Amino acid sequence: MTPPRKKKMNLKQRYALMTRGLDWETSYQKMDDVFPYDTFEGIKITDWSKWEDPFRLTMDAYWKYQGEKERKLYAVLDSFAQNNGQLGISDARYVNAIKLFLTGVTPLEYQAHRHFSHLGRHIRGVGPRVAAQMQSLDELRHAQTQIHTISHYNKYFDGFAEFPHMHDRVWYLSVPKSFFDDACSAGPFEFFTAISFAFEYVLTNLLFVPFMSGAAYNGDLATVTFGFSAQSDEARHMTLGIEVIKFMLEQHPDNLPIVQKWVDKWFWRGHKVLGLVAMMMDYMLPKRIMSWKEAWEIYFTEAGGALFEDLSRYGLRVPKYADIATDEAEHISHQNWAIFYQYTQAAGFHTWIPGDDELDWLSEKYPNTFDKYYRPRFEMWREMEAKGERFYNNALPQLCQTCQIPMGYTEPGDPTKIGFRSSVYKDERYHFCSDGCKDIFDDEPEKFSQAWLPVHQIFQGNCGGADLSDVLKWYHMDQGIDNMDYNGSPDQKQWDAWQAARKKVAG
Amino acid sequence: MSIDIKTMNVEPKRQTFAHVARRLGSDATASRYEEGVYDLQATTHFHYRPIWGPEYWTFDEGRTAIKMKDWYVFKDPRQFYYGTYTVTRANMHQTTDRNFAFEEKRNMLANIDEAWREMIVNYLIPLRHYEWGANMNACAVSDAGYGAALTSAMIFTTGDRLGIAQILSRIGIALSEGDGELLDQAKQAWMEADAWQGVRKAIEDSLVVEDWFEILLAQFLVMDGMVYPLVYNHFDTEGQKQGAAALSILCEFMVDWSAEHNRWVDAVVKNAVKESDENRALLSDWYGKWRNIMSEALQPQAAMVLGDGGEAALNEVCEQLDARASKLGLTL
Repeated sequence: MTPPRKKKMNLKQRYALMTRGLDWETSYQKMDDVFPYDTFEGIKITDWSKWEDPFRLTMDAYWKYQGEKERKLYAVLDSFAQNNGQLGISDARYVNAIKLFLTGVTPLEYQAHRHFSHLGRHIRGVGPRVAAQMQSLDELRHAQTQIHTISHYNKYFDGFAEFPHMHDRVWYLSVPKSFFDDACSAGPFEFFTAISFAFEYVLTNLLFVPFMSGAAYNGDLATVTFGFSAQSDEARHMTLGIEVIKFMLEQHPDNLPIVQKWVDKWFWRGHKVLGLVAMMMDYMLPKRIMSWKEAWEIYFTEAGGALFEDLSRYGLRVPKYADIATDEAEHISHQNWAIFYQYTQAAGFHTWIPGDDELDWLSEKYPNTFDKYYRPRFEMWREMEAKGERFYNNALPQLCQTCQIPMGYTEPGDPTKIGFRSSVYKDERYHFCSDGCKDIFDDEPEKFSQAWLPVHQIFQGNCGGADLSDVLKWYHMDQGIDNMDYNGSPDQKQWDAWQAARKKVAG
Repeated sequence: MSIDIKTMNVEPKRQTFAHVARRLGSDATASRYEEGVYDLQATTHFHYRPIWGPEYWTFDEGRTAIKMKDWYVFKDPRQFYYGTYTVTRANMHQTTDRNFAFEEKRNMLANIDEAWREMIVNYLIPLRHYEWGANMNACAVSDAGYGAALTSAMIFTTGDRLGIAQILSRIGIALSEGDGELLDQAKQAWMEADAWQGVRKAIEDSLVVEDWFEILLAQFLVMDGMVYPLVYNHFDTEGQKQGAAALSILCEFMVDWSAEHNRWVDAVVKNAVKESDENRALLSDWYGKWRNIMSEALQPQAAMVLGDGGEAALNEVCEQLDARASKLGLTL
């Protein structure tokens, strides 16, 4: 018998050998040529070795945990498909929420995979580089597991089948797409701030949680299982987000104003994109979790408040216009759903006027605003519908140059007045929905003046033709199947037939 | 007698997504690989030129000189999507863990002849840096490549190479009887020993190559195509003669991985060559360039480990790689 090994290392030392120990200072090529992108933003890193690895996961452990989670997830998905799990959801209107998710969010998961690969190759520090590589893998996981989860719904419902084609073309999908394009076309530290911190840390509970809780409340066992399975990945991504911010702020005082500007920008960008989630929560879930306003209060006002208080020791303050965003939480879901109702003919999911009980719920949840500003409008539209005069808005809307949402938002403090802002850049006038969006443009006009604005593109003849039917064809949307109201849709007819058949079986 | 469970008969409207059906030629049942990969990458209407490199869009076919009509011909013969990838690697690594436990229980590495142990520290352990370079190159292709078929496979390889670097590190730690002393020694060899400078220079040069397809070919066909058979076959065979059989079982992961990964490499190169004469010419040029760099860079390695037999072993490796390249359609 040989004696056992004498030396022991602690986990931290061992992990350092397994990651940082692999790296070397190149000498045949200059380090600045090997890592060409991590200095131009002006973020000063004096000592990469100060990076604290927020989690210490070697590849073998990663494979093991993730492989185990995948086994369990796919077992549930198989069972969901075999047992026609779609029959167990609260109502077929719910499916429209996951249409929005697959067309709007899933392609962003893929983009995140790509750009975390960009960071996983190009960040000089080994700690964040390895973390970014794992996140690239995770993001690919989320894209693929979402597709596999929703694949079953695609077999039975319309509006899913052309999701990548639609993501690159459809007017409202340019909102999430341009959001992510903005992050990917920025430098690596801005991307970290935008996605890892602002999105995954500050705002994640307002995106991921509403969709996954919505799934749980509405009997969507497949999506909620995906949600649970992704939760531990998200926890890792959040830890990375907070570590990146602290690291930048600790490394050099000159970093603070840059980071603050990014936090301001990405908070506002995120707030606007999340308006789609707000609408989903307040209008698209047959069984509601909580109102958008309540979610905003819990997850941003309270949790975000505590976070920024903690970060104030680095000099970081609450994002600019956080007060305006909080004020807008009273309005944004109603204004967004009204936009989609008016443009249902060009939407890839179905719309409807909420039922009386749903309107009552909204009145209760929004006592300051709903009865005064929004309920009368929905009731009027319902009456028009009953008379056979369903209202369609046939004029193409003006879009905000920054967030790309139709300019239907109102002035802070005056919900009866539409907000307009504009800036002139190189003799062209650009329009914005808000001060937040205008500030973002004014800071980077060369970037934001490039935006591919769907309405402009339609007018320029780049979207299949001049008629709605041409544009729908170009979107790969089938008239009367993928678009228009839920009432009268093939989705509805099929759902009603299933319900009737179940009643018959139940006797 | 058969048991007949009554269920509601629910007819699907379609079998798969429309973009997948277009690729399959009909609305047929698609595999999870197909649904998880096909057309996942955005292809058009990007909003802003990257400020870190405005000459291309975020995803841009122009980032390589290789031209393809369809980037999804680069299907993975292993059909890896995230789930099958992680489960496969977890299973492979379970064997590796068992092998380490087996070795540790018997302290087999400690029983390897002192001189050969020194040799292992000089030829095998520095490869953890080679693997780290390969990790960066895989990640570069996952970043800059075109189409989800390629970028997904390449982030899997990124993870693989980090994993292999970590297995090599574990071997170094085990040889070191539990600390990082020999890893430091091996790193010094990588940085300074004459025998390693050719390989290190080749890796560093590959890190600044701009065309991602050249990176793919240089790293995964040429460099790996020489390093893996030389180290895990020729050097290992020599090691067995020197009583280092324990090391062979610890390297099993790399041997299995390489055989599997080569199926992917070969499929990619073959499809790119097949596409056009222009692609064939370009890939052949790159092949020639990197083959010459690497065959030279590995000479001192081969001589160090195999002595007089080094040249013959390296020649054999090069001949086998040339034969493989010819079979893929490259012009030598």
